[in-house]
Amino acid sequence: MRAGHVGRMTPVGVAAAAMVAASIAAHAGDAPTPERQRELATLVRQDCGSCHGMRLTGGLGPALTPQALAGKPGESLAATIVHGRAGTPMPPWRRFVSDDEAAWLVAALQEGTLDAPLR
Amino acid sequence: MRRYADSALRAIVAALALSLGCVAGAQSPRGTGDLGIVIERATGSVQVVDTTARRSLARIGGLGDLSHASVVYSRDGRYAYVFGRDGGLTKVDLIEMRVARRVMQAGNSIGGAVSQDGRIVAAQNYTPGGIKLFDAATLELLADIPSAPGPDGTPSKVVGLADAPGQRFVASLFDAGEIWIVDARDPRAPKVERFRNVGKQPYDGLVTPDGRWYLAGLFGEDGLALVDLWHPERGAKRVLPGYGRGEEKLPVYKMPHLRGWAIAGGYAWLPAIGRHEVLVVDTRDWREVARVPVAGQPVFVIARPDARQVWVNFALPDNGKVQVIDAETRTVAATLAPGRAVLHLEFTPRGEEVWISARDDDRVVVIDTATLATVATLPADSPSGIFFTSRAARMGF
Repeated sequence: MRAGHVGRMTPVGVAAAAMVAASIAAHAGDAPTPERQRELATLVRQDCGSCHGMRLTGGLGPALTPQALAGKPGESLAATIVHGRAGTPMPPWRRFVSDDEAAWLVAALQEGTLDAPLR
Repeated sequence: MRRYADSALRAIVAALALSLGCVAGAQSPRGTGDLGIVIERATGSVQVVDTTARRSLARIGGLGDLSHASVVYSRDGRYAYVFGRDGGLTKVDLIEMRVARRVMQAGNSIGGAVSQDGRIVAAQNYTPGGIKLFDAATLELLADIPSAPGPDGTPSKVVGLADAPGQRFVASLFDAGEIWIVDARDPRAPKVERFRNVGKQPYDGLVTPDGRWYLAGLFGEDGLALVDLWHPERGAKRVLPGYGRGEEKLPVYKMPHLRGWAIAGGYAWLPAIGRHEVLVVDTRDWREVARVPVAGQPVFVIARPDARQVWVNFALPDNGKVQVIDAETRTVAATLAPGRAVLHLEFTPRGEEVWISARDDDRVVVIDTATLATVATLPADSPSGIFFTSRAARMGF
């Protein structure tokens, strides 16, 4: 199919396109690619680490170890990453981290599976 | 024959011993005035560097978590006291290039200072929040001073600890919003003078090079808190209140540092919080005289020792840049890109060169401050802080 014909798809073509779109939407909530996971882990260790500690044991900001985060609601933690926390030095990271990536990060931190090489 | 062989062997051994002795003699003794320490934050190691030869002399490991580390020097310039994030305090011998002593003194630490007479090392701690005094020779604990509680009831994190004349230390309490002067003339029974309500969330502090003023930057509001150490009875006063003019702040992705100050030529050059500006303040009346637009949120704003230039590095996402401000025209004269994730810069004692750490390029870059040319590059593993022994003789360092 040439690009110019996209506007005149058959019903089967429309259904197929819808399935592809749904599949992409479903994947958007999944884990980031392995490469992106490594980037995010580096961001957490190196840049979040300037306040939370490279080993996530805390600093000006609180510890982000599985023990420290145990029992805290994931959605609220993800919102803190994306939107920051008013009245504290925690800035909004939405410029660097999407909602889905924040959700993945929170899960990885709570499970202790961030698995970043200490570089 | 046997006798001849024995004496020949003896002669060879003697010659070898002599030449080894010569090598050892060539290496020591030496002064430490042109030495320094580069922190390798990810591996818990430091490099001992020589700023004359522009090379690394040794790597020393086993210093724990150095992800946020700072260094102060013994006043003979031989020993570096390295404060690690994990509460470790390590005394590093720059002559023998080894760890001389090491204690775990807190759960989470941020830095420290050496007293005017060089006999006391003070540590500022986050967990448990407080200040501890140690014997500089032995690292024996002399006094433990818990900080005042913040809004959540736990002892405040202590920031901005600096030495001041009169065997004093001055520090700020991030959570409680206080400045403390610790009189350590009797280091086993220090006296604390408290200044309350100095402003919201002091994040760091400095003592001016003449030892007279303590200035704390405020994160929670626009402004700084100032204490006259000649006249502490006059209390802390607010300077530059409302420098943001009520405009919404930009996000701050790394907390600025005031240590390593830029008090130069009668002016203080200070990072604005949440603004891509350096504030210029006249130290005679502590009023703002100018502000210099820069490339990002400043982290370190440091004057060259002759005060002709002021160098600035930045928080994420502008941390690949370094800008050079011309102190006379108060404009940016040059923008450099020395490497990825520039974390710190340190001038040689008289400022002809500056050493810059580029964490994500695993290197330290040495730049000629007159020509801005790179004169050397040294490999280092995730380098962060760079600290030269010339700090040993400076107040507030």
